[in-house]
This record gives sequence, C-alpha cells and structure tokens, in this order.
Amino acid sequence: MTTTTPIAAPAQAPEERRTTGSHAGRSKSELLSLYLAISPFYILFAIFGLFPIGFSLYLSFQNWNGIGAMKFVGLAQYQFMLSDPIFWKSIVNTFQIWFISTIPMLFFALVIAFMLNQQIRGRSAYRIAYFIPNVTSIVAIAIIFGSIFSNNFGLLNAALEGLHLDTVEWLNTPWGIKVAIAAMVIWRWTGYNAIIYLAGLQAIPTELYEAAKVDGASLWQVFFRITVPLLRPIILFTVITSTIGGMQLFTEPQVLVGNGGGPGSEGTTMVLYLYQQAFINNQFGYGAAIGWGLFVIMILFSLINWRLVQGAGNRGSRKGVRA
Amino acid sequence: MNAVAARRVWSVVTHVLLLLGVAVSIFPFYWMFVMASRTTQDIFKFPPELLPGTHLLENFHKVFDSVNLLGSTANTIFVAVVTTVLVLFFDSIAAFAFAKFDFPAKNLLFVVLLVTFMIPSQLSTVPSFVIMANFGWVGSFQALIVPGAVNAFGIFLLRQYAQGAVSAELLDAARIDGCNFWRQYWHVAVPLLRPALAFLGIFTFINAWNDYFWPLVVLIDPGRQTLQVALSQLNGLYNTDYSMVMAGTLLAVIPLIIVFFLGARQFLADLAAGAVKQ
Repeated sequence: MTTTTPIAAPAQAPEERRTTGSHAGRSKSELLSLYLAISPFYILFAIFGLFPIGFSLYLSFQNWNGIGAMKFVGLAQYQFMLSDPIFWKSIVNTFQIWFISTIPMLFFALVIAFMLNQQIRGRSAYRIAYFIPNVTSIVAIAIIFGSIFSNNFGLLNAALEGLHLDTVEWLNTPWGIKVAIAAMVIWRWTGYNAIIYLAGLQAIPTELYEAAKVDGASLWQVFFRITVPLLRPIILFTVITSTIGGMQLFTEPQVLVGNGGGPGSEGTTMVLYLYQQAFINNQFGYGAAIGWGLFVIMILFSLINWRLVQGAGNRGSRKGVRA
Repeated sequence: MNAVAARRVWSVVTHVLLLLGVAVSIFPFYWMFVMASRTTQDIFKFPPELLPGTHLLENFHKVFDSVNLLGSTANTIFVAVVTTVLVLFFDSIAAFAFAKFDFPAKNLLFVVLLVTFMIPSQLSTVPSFVIMANFGWVGSFQALIVPGAVNAFGIFLLRQYAQGAVSAELLDAARIDGCNFWRQYWHVAVPLLRPALAFLGIFTFINAWNDYFWPLVVLIDPGRQTLQVALSQLNGLYNTDYSMVMAGTLLAVIPLIIVFFLGARQFLADLAAGAVKQ
C-alpha cells in the first residue's frame, strides 16, 4: 500500500506557536530562501500530482492504446464502465474482502491492545513481535501465503487432511480466494492497529478503570462501556485508514492469483482491474475512467464509514460514559 | 480463590493468548525459512516436514543463477537510499520553513499541502506513466525516485515536531550571530529534529523497499528491476521450485527486518503517538 495515511507526529507537547520576526522585518533574500525551501514539494506536486489528475480526466474521454492517435469518445468509457460486469465484480470483490478482513482485524487488534494495556511483562517485546508483519514485503508474504493456501500441497490442506477433514481448493473457489487474500490483510495489519489502539488506551485515565472496579464492573463491562466508547476517535482513525487501504488492495491478489484475478475473476480488486485494463490490455482511456470510478467509490465509502462510526459512538456516549 | 491467585491466573491466561498471537505473527517467517532450507521434493511430501533442512545455501545459489537477484537488490538499495535521503532533505527544509518562519501566503500554501493527502495515487497512475514515457524515463530509476522525492506526509510530520523541538530563542541567537536561513537549518534545526528524521527515514526506506505497483508499471527492462518485481517474476516463472522461490523471499525480507529492529522502539512510539494526536 502506498503511504497516504496521515499518521504520526511525535509525542511532543506542541509549544505555543512562535515564529521569529514578521514579514516586514525580512530581507528579500531571506524570503527567497523560504520560498526556495518549500518549492520542491509544489513543483513536484504540480508535475506528478496536479497535472496527471487533469490529464486523467482528459484521458478518460479518449480511446487510446498508448501508441496510436487518441480518439475522443465523450462519455463512452464511463458508459462502458457502468455496464462492464467485471468492473462491478471487482467492486463487489473489493468490498467482500474489505469486510471479511477489516472486522476481524480491528477486533483482534482491540483485544490485543486491551491485553497489552494491563500491567504485563515484556510489553515492548510483544509490540515488536506484533508489528513485524507490517514491515514485511507484501510480495514475499503473498508468495508464502500462496504456498500455505495452495490447493494440492498447501500446509493448510495438509493440516485439514491430518485432522481427517475435507480439504478446500482455496485458490479455485470464490470464497477460498477471498479468504486467502483477507488472511494476508489481517495478518499484516492487526499488529499495526493494535499498536495504535494501545496508544489510545494509555491515554485513558486510570481513575475511570479504578472507579469501575469499585462499582464492581466485570471485565466485559469495562471493555464495552469504558474502553470502546473512549477509543471512538482512534477507532474512527483505524476504520478510515483501513477503508482507504482496503479499497487500494492490489499486491496481495496480483501475486496470489495473477493479473486476471484467478478463476472467475474472483480475486480481481478494483485496482487490479485498473492495472489489468491500463497496463496489460493497453486501454489507457478506460484505465483512467476506472481511476475516477474508484475515486468516487473511495470518497463515498469513507464518508459512510465516518458517519457510521461517529453515529455509533454518539449513541454510546449518550447512554453512558462521556468522552 | 483469593484476589492474588485470581490475578495470577488472569496474567497467565493473558500471556498464553498473547503468545498465541505472536506465534501467528511469526509463523509465516518460520515457514518461509523451513521451505527455503529444504528441497522442493521435501516440500511436496505428505505429511509435510515442519523443521528446517540443510539446503539453504544451495537454494540461495539457485536463486542467484535464475534471476538477477543481486542486481535487483542493488537497484532496490540504490532507489530506497536515494529516495530516503532526498525525502529527509526536502521534507525537513520545507517543514522548518513552515514551522518557524512567517512569509506571505504561508497558511494557504500549507492548506494546499494538506489537501494533497486526500488524493489517491491510483487516480493519476495512467497519466503518470504517460508523462514518464514522454520524459523518456520509462525503465529508469528517475521514474521511481523523482516523484517520491518529497511528500506532504513527511513535511506535516516534521513541521509538527519542529514547532515543539526547535526553540525560537535558539534561532534568534543564531540570527544575531549572522546565520541565514540555511545555516539555521543545518546547525540548529537538523540536530534538534534528529529523532523525527530517524522515524521518517525508516518509514520512507521500508516503503521504498516494499513498493511494488509503481516499479511493476514503470520498470520494463529486466536489467533494471527492483527486488519486489524480480521476486514476483521468480514466483511466476518457477512455480514448481518452491524452495528456491522461498530462498528469494527470505533474501528480500531480511534487510527490512534489520532496518526495523535498528529503530523499533522509537519507531513504534512515534507511530502510535501520531495516530492518537489525529
């Protein structure tokens, strides 16, 4: 995944903002230095960020294979996209994989963070062990998971056989492919989210827990009445970042089942479909249109998630604990 | 059962559950090592061999004979190191200017920078490729390095940090001593920003090392591949020789684990702090 997540700013108490001097006191050469210092970002963004966006809108109205002449086709690419069964399938696949990966992932992350937040030995060793999957090459991991989920000689099927259970053709069946991809996502991101949750938990005042204990609350009640409601902003953060990440899923399915998305295109995610159309079939105009389709879906789905998590939290806080 | 005993039981249960999670987290690495150290015939045995074998070096040799893994590793190191150095430099000068100085249109420019966060890279993938083709950069490392040489994420991160860490008094003192902007940056800001730079450096290096989509699109020449692309091809080409493929994946993962361990504690703390602040 590319790094569009707006995470991380060190744990530094933000000092009152102080800037030296004022505009009037600055020499021309100093102003020039300042603009020079910030200019690389704007120059590169203009060339490789802003211009491509305008250009991709233009391209999406063209029929172009990347070599010959462009042919203006108006909205035809979009019309085709809306009636393209594989485009819709890629959306459904992406959402199914997102759903079966994100819910277990965030749940496990919360439980792990809750356990790590107790007075427990070896906490930093645990944190490192849980985070390692996240810094690993996705290509390497997709290869390893491919061998674990392999239809014939995979470790998982060997284990099922050893237990006298039916084996599953993981990489040939619609749900098998999705489960294998979701397993990779869960494996890679659970620890990451647990670290984020742990930081949030440590910001919750211990008096609240002590008061709950005095009132005789069970562990279960503490978890659902105190921990979850107070973590709401952090849960929102993780839901939004996993939404953005989940909508951009590419490497896992591409390495696991190939450019075509495997049997019946069951592993074709939205970005994999974009890649396939633009760079394998050389349909550059169509690829650009898919990019815009993807953009709209991402924005809508992020907003829906935002509202849902906010809404759920508000109801929770009205009932009991207030953040 | 008294309270102390209950507490002890709970602590044991917690550790057992946590260790189970660690086992899941570590197992794929172990399994990769098992397969990389065995012959492919071993891998296809039933029941499978669960312990490491003795063919690791032999498999490494086969990898080096099959694909240009050494070359693609060198390419990846080059791209990741140059990208990291450029990001650290360009991000930190911009962050320092934004954090500690005033200039016309500063706030507007910073808002523009934050808005660019929201744009997904997939939107501009196709045109970016066309631009690279027009520059004659397809198949070259500039195509990987230049677009990622400065980013909004790092500028935002370092600015937040610099606001607290670089004191106005120190900068004033430096000014009175006749330091211009660049000398203040180099002699005052850079030393104070070191922890944040370390975090951003590790983060950038790991991401550059792991990047797959864009190198796959833009590096067509087999002699100029990065490790991740070479690895995926090794997987595609030699689908049956699992042990060799696993030896290759092992080689692709080890450097990252080393880089991560070098700064793990600080890295995790910074990462978590950032999310909580949001």
